[in-house]
Amino acid sequence: MVEFWWTYVWPTAIIVLEVVAILVPLLTAVAYLTYVERKVMGAMQLRKGPNVVGPFGLLQPIADGMKLFFKETVIPSGANPVVFVIAPMLTFILALIAWAVIPFGEGMVLADINVGILYLFAISSLGVYGIVMAGWASNSRYAFLAAVRSGAQMVSYEISIGFIIITVLLSAGSLNLSDIVLAQKTVWFFIPHLPMFVIFLVSILAETNRSPFDLPEGESELVAGFFVEYSAMTFAMFFLGEYANMILMSALATVLFLGGWLPPVDMVPFTWVPGPIWFCLKIALVLFFFLWVRATFPRFRYDQLMRLGWKVFLPLSLVWVVLTATVLQYAGWAQS
Amino acid sequence: MAFLDRTARTVFLGELIAGMALTFRYMFRRKVTLNYPYEKGPLSPRFRGEHALRRYPNGEERCIACKLCEAICPAQAITIEAEPRPDGSRRTTRYDIDMTKCIYCGFCEEACPVDAIVEGPNFEYSTETREELYYNKEKLLANGDRWEAEIAARLEADAPFR
Repeated sequence: MVEFWWTYVWPTAIIVLEVVAILVPLLTAVAYLTYVERKVMGAMQLRKGPNVVGPFGLLQPIADGMKLFFKETVIPSGANPVVFVIAPMLTFILALIAWAVIPFGEGMVLADINVGILYLFAISSLGVYGIVMAGWASNSRYAFLAAVRSGAQMVSYEISIGFIIITVLLSAGSLNLSDIVLAQKTVWFFIPHLPMFVIFLVSILAETNRSPFDLPEGESELVAGFFVEYSAMTFAMFFLGEYANMILMSALATVLFLGGWLPPVDMVPFTWVPGPIWFCLKIALVLFFFLWVRATFPRFRYDQLMRLGWKVFLPLSLVWVVLTATVLQYAGWAQS
Repeated sequence: MAFLDRTARTVFLGELIAGMALTFRYMFRRKVTLNYPYEKGPLSPRFRGEHALRRYPNGEERCIACKLCEAICPAQAITIEAEPRPDGSRRTTRYDIDMTKCIYCGFCEEACPVDAIVEGPNFEYSTETREELYYNKEKLLANGDRWEAEIAARLEADAPFR
């Protein structure tokens, strides 16, 4: 009995606690990302944004959440109810489980697996299933069209993201996210790989279906995209999933290019700040870029989107992989 | 050279960066938002809001039941009934405006020979039921009493342009 306690129950409890310690701040961050988005976009459009609910409108996300929570979930009569309900859950869960391998600080990672980056890449690729299932199960032509668009778009941009990740892997010599961060001790990878960093930022915009690549939810032609038929909590799941994905992709950009939890300069005033805070600050910076782009650019046309993905980003990242490999090999920096 | 110039702008994302710099600058500009229930925008003296029936300074109602407003009303929102009072003056017994029909064109105001019916500065009179928007003479006179100071000031401000 005692052995059972110490070998199974206790470790499980620890893991559950760790999961809660990641998820609660994450979901709070997701809720307040919607608030920050409205504030930042408001400011850029000379508006004030939410400022009525609570001081500075800080309770707005909670009010929105309550509203969605108490609404009725409508399942269209033509829909496939099982898939229809599973789709938003899938999107949401996939957006959350990816956080298992993200290192928040030195050794502060839930699952320190050696193929962390592959796991992340696999999970983010699965994300398209939630959307395609939603589009299919809704039995609505708008939702279906949006799901098809979204599938094509995510697949196209994942290829260039894959090549970009390979360049980082080559430079770091490891698939473990903590090792990738530690490999940036001397110089953050966004400096030697600046073009790849820019392409990565644009690609994660497309990957998370954010403006200016938000064709799957292009409200002017597809009403609301793949979640037209969704209401209440099922809609909220998609919403939370989308924003959790944004934060996840920002975290990925931080880990791959912005030196994760490392301070910008390895000197005294900067090293006093603990790693997780640097990590969150960098994520916030990338998230601000997401919002900034949304407030600035109009939506892409679909053929332009495909052209950018296949004819610009793919060749560029491919060339950069070859270039990186060559330089590493002939400069003798390659880790065996 | 033009080709090189254009290519360089594309490769280094010149236009995109210029656009983002613009939105970044705008982020710190003064907001144009009016915090509505607490702040309000200016109104022209000609603003056509909620209707009111005015009185003379001695308290006698101005309306003489000429029914010009009823005749000109394009939405036929005004209903007037009248008969002579015991003192021989002509006054309305009924003066109704259906505010749900009214299109706020201001013709009633223009038609009135004695400046009795006016459209005042008030635009915050939404109600929870439709019936509350069927204004009768009592309500219109009460509006007149309530807004008289502002209505008079507005009429005077606009008089030189009429």
